[in-house]
Amino acid sequence: MTLDLLRFTTAGSVDDGKSTLIGRLLYDAKQVFEDQLEHVALASRRRGGEGTLDLALLTDGLRAEREQGITIDVAYRYFATARRRFIIADCPGHQQYTRNMVTGASTADVAVVLIDARRGVLEQSKRHAFISALLGIPEMVVAINKMDLVDYSQARFEEIVGEFEGFAAKLNGGHRRTITYIPLSALNGDNVVERSEVMRWYDGPVLLDLLEQVEVAYDHPYERPARFPVQWVIRPATGTLTGDYRAYGGQLASGALRRGDEVAVLPSGGRTRIAAIDTYDGELEEAMAPMSFALRLEDELDVSRGELICHPDESPTVTRELEADVCWMAQEPMRPGGRYVIKHTSRKATAIVEGIGEIVDVHTLERDDPPAELNLNDIARVRLRTSAPLVLDPYTSNRRTGSFILIDESSNGTVGAGMITEAAPTP
Amino acid sequence: MSVAVRPQLSHLRALESEAIHVMREVAAEFERPVLLFSGGKDSIVLLRLAEKAFRPAPFPFPLMHVDTGHNFPEVIEFRDRRVAELGERLIVASVQDSIDSGRVVEESGPRASRNRLQTVTLLDAIAEHGFDAAFGGARRDEERARAKERVFSFRDDFGQWDPKNQRPELWNLYNGRIRKGENVRVFPLSNWTELDVWEYIDQEQLEVPSIYFAHEREVFSRDGMLYALWPGTELIDGEKVFTDTVRYRTVGDMSCTGGVRSEAATLAEVVLEIAATRVTERGETRADDKVTEAAMEDRKKAGYF
Repeated sequence: MTLDLLRFTTAGSVDDGKSTLIGRLLYDAKQVFEDQLEHVALASRRRGGEGTLDLALLTDGLRAEREQGITIDVAYRYFATARRRFIIADCPGHQQYTRNMVTGASTADVAVVLIDARRGVLEQSKRHAFISALLGIPEMVVAINKMDLVDYSQARFEEIVGEFEGFAAKLNGGHRRTITYIPLSALNGDNVVERSEVMRWYDGPVLLDLLEQVEVAYDHPYERPARFPVQWVIRPATGTLTGDYRAYGGQLASGALRRGDEVAVLPSGGRTRIAAIDTYDGELEEAMAPMSFALRLEDELDVSRGELICHPDESPTVTRELEADVCWMAQEPMRPGGRYVIKHTSRKATAIVEGIGEIVDVHTLERDDPPAELNLNDIARVRLRTSAPLVLDPYTSNRRTGSFILIDESSNGTVGAGMITEAAPTP
Repeated sequence: MSVAVRPQLSHLRALESEAIHVMREVAAEFERPVLLFSGGKDSIVLLRLAEKAFRPAPFPFPLMHVDTGHNFPEVIEFRDRRVAELGERLIVASVQDSIDSGRVVEESGPRASRNRLQTVTLLDAIAEHGFDAAFGGARRDEERARAKERVFSFRDDFGQWDPKNQRPELWNLYNGRIRKGENVRVFPLSNWTELDVWEYIDQEQLEVPSIYFAHEREVFSRDGMLYALWPGTELIDGEKVFTDTVRYRTVGDMSCTGGVRSEAATLAEVVLEIAATRVTERGETRADDKVTEAAMEDRKKAGYF
C-alpha cells in the first residue's frame, strides 16, 4: 500500500522533447480532453504542421509562451491512472533555469531527467540531476529520449548510461537514491505508456509503470522522527459550549504520533503527553505524515504558532546559528551582513548573513572559492544567524524541517531558498 | 520500528490535508482574510475544508459572494441556507450596486454578460473591507493560465496579476508579506482536479445546488451550448426554445453558463459522468472563456478571481 498521489518534476527545453514527452504521457494515458485536442490541432495547423498533432502544444500556458515558443514559469499538470494520481511540476529549461528547477524539485518525489539520445549527457541534464539531488528527491528516472533518431540502438543507450553513471557518482548528498534508465521515443510513444515493439532488447519498466509503482517517503512514516509544527491555536471564545477547548492545529511534517505519546514542545522545552488527536471527523488513535489535525495536550503549556511538537528522545536541533545551501532567486544580490526575513516551518524570524562559503559551479558541479556576493541563480553555502531560535533538522534527513525561504524586507519578494546542511546547537 | 501493514493515505485525504495547511497559514499570517463563496461546487468544498481547519471555533474570516444579480435562483437559495447552517457571516457584494453607482456600465445585446463587470465589484469590496487575503476555489487544471498560478497569488494595489513576475513557491512555505493596499488570492484547491472535487463532495456527502443534477429546463442552443431561458434572454434570429434534460457542470451567470445534456441525478452518477467525460468543464460550459485563446489570462491580469 502506498500514498496514491505522486509528484514528479521534469525539466528541459522544447528541443529536448520535454513537452512532447508530457504530451505523450497525457495522450497515451487517455487524459486529454476533446476541446484540448481541438485546440492543439488548430494550433498545429496554424504553425504549418498540416495533418500532424504536435503534442508539445498541450503544455502551452501563457500568451507570451505561445508567441515566442518558450516556457516562462513552472506549470503544474495533473493526470490520473487507475493506480495513482500524478502532479507534474513542468519546469522550463532556459529562462531562470535554476530558480525554476529548484522550485519544481522542492515538492517532487521523483525527478524525470531528460536526455536527447543524439546529443548525450549535456549540461542541462546534469544541472537538473544535480538540483534534484540537492533538493533531496529520492528517486531519479533518466529518460533517454529520441531513440528513434539513433536507430533505437542499444549500444548508444548503454553508452549514455555509462556516461551518466560516471557523472552520478559525483552527486553528493546522503540520500538513498536509485536511478532508473529508460530508452524511449516520446514522438512515437515507445516505452512511455506502451512498451516499445522495436526496442525488444530493453526489459526494464516503461515510464508510466515505474511512476505508478515507485514508493515515496510518506510510505514509511515509522522510519522518520515525528515533527509537528504548530500553525494555529484552535480556541473557541470562552463562555460558549466548547469554551474550555484548546487544541493545536498543524500538518505532521514527518513520522507518526499516537494518543498517549510523551512529547516535547520546542523551543520552549515543555514536556507533556498527547491527550487527543482531533479531526473534524472524530478522534484518532494514531496520525501520520502528511495529515493535518489538531493535538490536545494533557498539561497546560504555553504553546503558540511556530513551536514544534516531537518525541523527546528524537529531538531536532534548537539553534540560532546554521549553515545552508542557498539558491538565490533575486536580481539584487545577497551580501554578507544582509538582513532577511526567514520563514522556516510555521516560524518567522530575522536572519543575518554571517558569511558566504563555497559556491557551486552548476556547469562543472565543482565547489569553487567563496564569492563576494550571491547572484541570481547562484547556489552557495551560507552561514546565517537568526533573531530567534529555530527548531530544525538537516535537509538530508528531513525536507520539511530542513528547508526555509528568505524574504526581502523591503520588496517582500521571496529571494532565497535554503537547505540546511549543519545546525550548531545554541549553548 | 517495523509494521506488518503500511497505512494508506488516499489522494483525497492528501489533498485535503494540504488545503487545510494552506487555510491555517492564511488565518495565522493575514489580518483580514475573506473566503469567496459563490454557492458553486469548488467553494462548497472550501467551506468543508474551513470546518476541518477551524472547528469547533468559528471561522477566523467572513464569507463573501460577488453577486451579479444574474445567478440561478436555486444557487442563491442554497447559498443562504448553507451560510445559516454554518452560523458564519456572509457579505454580499453586488454588481447591480456597481452599475447603479456608475462604477461599471452594463453591456447590452443578446450576448451581454456581467461576468467582466464582477472584477470591479470584487476589487471595490476588497478595498472597502480592507481584505488582505481572499480564498478562492480556482484549480490549476481548469485552464492554461491557471496552471501557472501560485497557491498564494500576489495582487498589486490595482488588483493585477503579473504572471511573468510571480514569487517562487517552494516546499509548503508560503510568503504572505504584502504592503497596505495589496492583497493575496489564495487557492487551497490548486492541486485538485474537477474529478477530485466531485469525489470529495461524494465522500463528504456535501449538499450542492440542485442545478448540478439532471433536471428538465427550458433551453435554447447557441454556439453549440445549451443556455437556460431566463428573464434576461434575448433570442437571436432562428433560435428556438425547447425543453431538455440538462445539468450544470459549473455555476456561473445564467447569461453565460451552458448546461449539458445529462441523466445524472445523484452524486454517484455525477462522479461517474465526470470520470468518463471527454471535454473540460470550461470548454463545455463557459462562454466567457471562448472569447480568445487567452481570455482567462487577460481577465486574471485585470484582477479577476
